[in-house]
Amino acid sequence: MSTTTIDGHEIHVDDEGFMTQYDEWSEDLGTVLAAQIGIEMSEEHWNAIRFLRRDFPENGETATLRRVATVGGIPTKQLFVLFPKKPATKMAYIAGLPKPRGCV
Amino acid sequence: MSTTATTPVVPSFGEDESGRKLAIICSKGNLDMAYPGLILANAALGEGVETHLFFTFWGFDMINKKTMGDLKFTMLGNTATHMPQGLGGLPGMTAMATHQMKKSIEEIGVPEVPEFLQQIVDSGGHLWACRMSADMQHLEAEDLYDEVEAIISASDFIEKTDGAQLLFI
Repeated sequence: MSTTTIDGHEIHVDDEGFMTQYDEWSEDLGTVLAAQIGIEMSEEHWNAIRFLRRDFPENGETATLRRVATVGGIPTKQLFVLFPKKPATKMAYIAGLPKPRGCV
Repeated sequence: MSTTATTPVVPSFGEDESGRKLAIICSKGNLDMAYPGLILANAALGEGVETHLFFTFWGFDMINKKTMGDLKFTMLGNTATHMPQGLGGLPGMTAMATHQMKKSIEEIGVPEVPEFLQQIVDSGGHLWACRMSADMQHLEAEDLYDEVEAIISASDFIEKTDGAQLLFI
């Protein structure tokens, strides 16, 4: 496990840069992580990210795109608009969670 | 926003247009053979890959409004169920096997075929119907799932998917 420093925060990350410690995350850090991948956070973005954060401890794994749509109530189309091209992994990155492991 | 990071580790999301394309030909109408194409299409779209599905022959059952919600799974001819083949031919066995498979699929949160197609379309996927299959089955665009973009010939599909990686299922 390695650490990286982003905007003064020292965080534990995996080889690809996804955070590995749930508790090291904060919304401030989320904003910085989003900026790293070219996303400026709006309230709509936060709705999705907050769902992922709430869902992770309950579900034991990062929500898939389908779960964010069906359980989190944010339509799939909208997720592709908010987090273009690779919404599931982008959301996981910003939320400081591992990549989703589910297939669907 | 100032991100004065000292070379942080940031995942690569391949923002520079990779141009990767995937073409999936769905030629089967069994419940169990409908899913591989749908799951792979969904996964590819989630990775930012432009994805086209072409429904042909028995695969038409996946987009035919009359059949798409009622695909079946049979043990017959499928040794992977590890049951005596004779059992599969008994009355009611296909219905039972279909019910079981649908239940297993639902339990892991995977949608039924029509809803799955909608999810693929919502993710930016393209659905195409095969001209020859439509002609053989005397079906028109209005008989097919509304999100199917058009009924096109095999050559049209090959043209549209120029440079794509291709899967035949």
